[in-house]
Amino acid sequence: MPTYWAQPPENSACSPWLLGDSSRLRYSSLRAFACVFDIRGLNFMSLRFSLPCAGVLALALAAVAPAQRPAPAAHPAPAPLQRVRHSAYPVRPSADPAVVAHGKQIFETNCAFCHGEDARGGETGPNLVRSQIVLDDQNGEKIGVVVHNGRPNLGMPKFSLSDQDIAAVATFLHAQPLSDRGAPTQLDILVGNAEAGKAYFNGAGKCSSCHSATGDLAGVGAKYDPKTIQNFIVSGGRGRRFGPRAGAAPKIPPTTVTVTLASGQKVGGILNHLTAFVVALTQPDGTYRSFLRHGNLPKIEVHDPLQAHTEMLPHWKDTDIHNLTSYLVTLK
Amino acid sequence: MKKTIQLLLALSFCLLPATVSGQGLDPASILKASGNSWPTYAGDYSQRRFSPLTQLNTTTVHNLTLAWIGHLSAGPGGFGYPTITGGVAANPVTIPGSSEGEPHVSGSILEVNGILYISSPDNAWAMDAHDGTVLWHYFWKSRGATHIGNRGLALYHNWLYLETPDDVLVSLDARTGKERWHRDISDFDEQYFSTAAPVVVGNHVLVGTGDDLDAPGFVQSFDPETGALQWKFYTVPMTKDDPAAKTWSSLDAARHGGAMVWMPGSYDPETHLYIFGTGNPIPAYTDATRGHLPDLYTCSVVAVNVDTGKLAWYYQTSPDDTHDWDSTQAPVLFDGTFHGKPRKLVAQASRNGYFFVLDRVTGQHLLTSKFSGAANWAKEIDASGAVVREPSKDSTVAGSLVSPDNGGATNWPPPTYDPQTGLFYVVLRENYSEYYLTTKNPRLMVGLGGKEEDGVGTLGTSIAAIDYKTGKLAWKYRFPNINGGWGFSGLLTTAGHLLFANDTAGSLVAYDAANARPLWHARIGAPTNAAETYMLDGKQYVLVAVGPSIFAFSLQ
Repeated sequence: MPTYWAQPPENSACSPWLLGDSSRLRYSSLRAFACVFDIRGLNFMSLRFSLPCAGVLALALAAVAPAQRPAPAAHPAPAPLQRVRHSAYPVRPSADPAVVAHGKQIFETNCAFCHGEDARGGETGPNLVRSQIVLDDQNGEKIGVVVHNGRPNLGMPKFSLSDQDIAAVATFLHAQPLSDRGAPTQLDILVGNAEAGKAYFNGAGKCSSCHSATGDLAGVGAKYDPKTIQNFIVSGGRGRRFGPRAGAAPKIPPTTVTVTLASGQKVGGILNHLTAFVVALTQPDGTYRSFLRHGNLPKIEVHDPLQAHTEMLPHWKDTDIHNLTSYLVTLK
Repeated sequence: MKKTIQLLLALSFCLLPATVSGQGLDPASILKASGNSWPTYAGDYSQRRFSPLTQLNTTTVHNLTLAWIGHLSAGPGGFGYPTITGGVAANPVTIPGSSEGEPHVSGSILEVNGILYISSPDNAWAMDAHDGTVLWHYFWKSRGATHIGNRGLALYHNWLYLETPDDVLVSLDARTGKERWHRDISDFDEQYFSTAAPVVVGNHVLVGTGDDLDAPGFVQSFDPETGALQWKFYTVPMTKDDPAAKTWSSLDAARHGGAMVWMPGSYDPETHLYIFGTGNPIPAYTDATRGHLPDLYTCSVVAVNVDTGKLAWYYQTSPDDTHDWDSTQAPVLFDGTFHGKPRKLVAQASRNGYFFVLDRVTGQHLLTSKFSGAANWAKEIDASGAVVREPSKDSTVAGSLVSPDNGGATNWPPPTYDPQTGLFYVVLRENYSEYYLTTKNPRLMVGLGGKEEDGVGTLGTSIAAIDYKTGKLAWKYRFPNINGGWGFSGLLTTAGHLLFANDTAGSLVAYDAANARPLWHARIGAPTNAAETYMLDGKQYVLVAVGPSIFAFSLQ
């Protein structure tokens, strides 16, 4: 995993998403690829025509081990960095909902005026959810001291609440979430205009030059949830899938490469990996080939079917993405 | 005869290393760092990570070869070398890579007098630089907290200093690994966690810390002998009368405002200023509760007097940040020419994709430029050189396509400044994410909550070579990897015209610093720290960590 993660944003998170080059975003190493054309003819356009056979191939490929990148011989991948995901802290035993409700009632009656209905601060009272006293408190014993004595110099009066009531308030406060760091959104993300999205799809966006609402994208609105669709619009289909309709990974044709050796012989296939020093591929017959690179030799041509998506990254307008999403979700 | 003896005596003193009789590290010698050793986090106080050594150069580097590999294990022991255990945990937590298993070395390794001093979260080792033999090992039993990394040790005479994730500063005897004392750095219960490398300046041990929730940031100076606290500088206003208090919506917001100092700073001996970067404001992804206000001193380059801890100057690189993009990256000190005049400079390539050059004596702003071509979150650079964000590129309910991603255009891995080329080199990541706001109630956004982020593409990882005089890229070398990318780590340049980097595909590479032409490489697995170099027995060594293994290269 990337070492840059280390300082999660020294803080950032434990996020399950991958922060790194998309070349490392390996979601499904099983890639149902288009019918096997001549390597040179395999391009984005062919995706549209190849999907019928992709289904057959997918079945065939499912039985075949996916082309895996061989483990590096020199040293195994470094141990993943600790990405401890924090839950609300400190750890509390789960609260009795009846006690929480009772505590909430007492809080709203006596405390919310100054500390806010949600206890996160009001006009004159600070955020109690973040209060050190509340965090250190176990069962109302620390909170009770403040409640019974007030804070006269800060304008807080005394309250003669019973210990039991204070314990209920404590339980209510302790039950308030501290931070939901990185949790997926549950909100409705659709804000765009489907008609505008359709016009963009067929017009300025040039999506229709490779995609078809009745072809490869038919039914996409039923297969994936809106956030997945939106992310795929940008990524080209790579990335996590979300929600109850997680669906199968989209069929993305693999990146291919042709290597021209010094003899003039061409070797081609699915790219396994490429660095400044090595190019490795799997030939159509399944043979793994790899070649050392020295500067610009041997000559290499890489074809990434998602190139257009990558090139679009600096040019997107969020409104166009939102409109496209609203359009694609209608393709049921 | 007398003259000959005098001459011989004079010559023999010249040959002595800067430290006296090979015992420990005189902190004064760090001021004159010769490149022969690696006595502090960045090799020297400037953080240029530019070595004056020339034995390895564009002509000889192709003969660089493996000298040895050292192996480290983490946890309480049984490794064939003495392990000393410390810790204040009543119920120590089991943490793979820390209390057991393979440690992950991502920090700097000190080299002094033929001994390497290495650390990882909760662990420290001494290793023989001749052959990788581990001499001793110290293990700290942890109470928990985020174990994301440790940036290295500091050395003062024969005493080492280690920051633990659970917020304790431990001082060890460098000769034996025995603990001398330990002191609290920050409050473990407030979700602080400490990863920084301490920095020794004279009789100060400068210690930073970090936090994941919403506590105030600060940097502290401890006495190296006793561990007594000398001063503490808060990076957010803690009292109403603080001049920075009006840059927050309320004092309560400021006191929960972050601005963590989780990376080591630089030191300017001419001005006695300790110069460091500060982290993001909290809550990270909305400014609704902290105000549409600058939030000083978050996301700033800050200079304090090393003896008093008093603020000398600051420059805020990213006012009112809403993307968790710290400005803690190395503030690199160098002398240069600006607008035709010689100036004393400090430069930072920040996580948010922008590059800043300041006068390091006064803090005067000189230049701001965008070093990440992909960065798309800002409206403009204002008259003061501050980057003004475009609110539509905040996290939104409908999703915003933003670059950089959370990890940033760059992050903790160090940059380097090469005075021979005049270029500031930094590893640049041009990743894009969809940023989704997960709640419409900003009051529920505490700490780093309230945002979901999904990676959706990248324009790759590169070495960016920035001309500090203009802020423009002299060139950008994109690592050509496909399906081979691993994490990036930091950079090193040398007077032999070399630039050492992790190529993010499992190799340590020596590039021609002028043009990033690869001259030598070794596919050893992903380097996890920045390469370092020093002289030992007349040979120049290059040292790098790959997880739990330490690789040393030299000419044979």
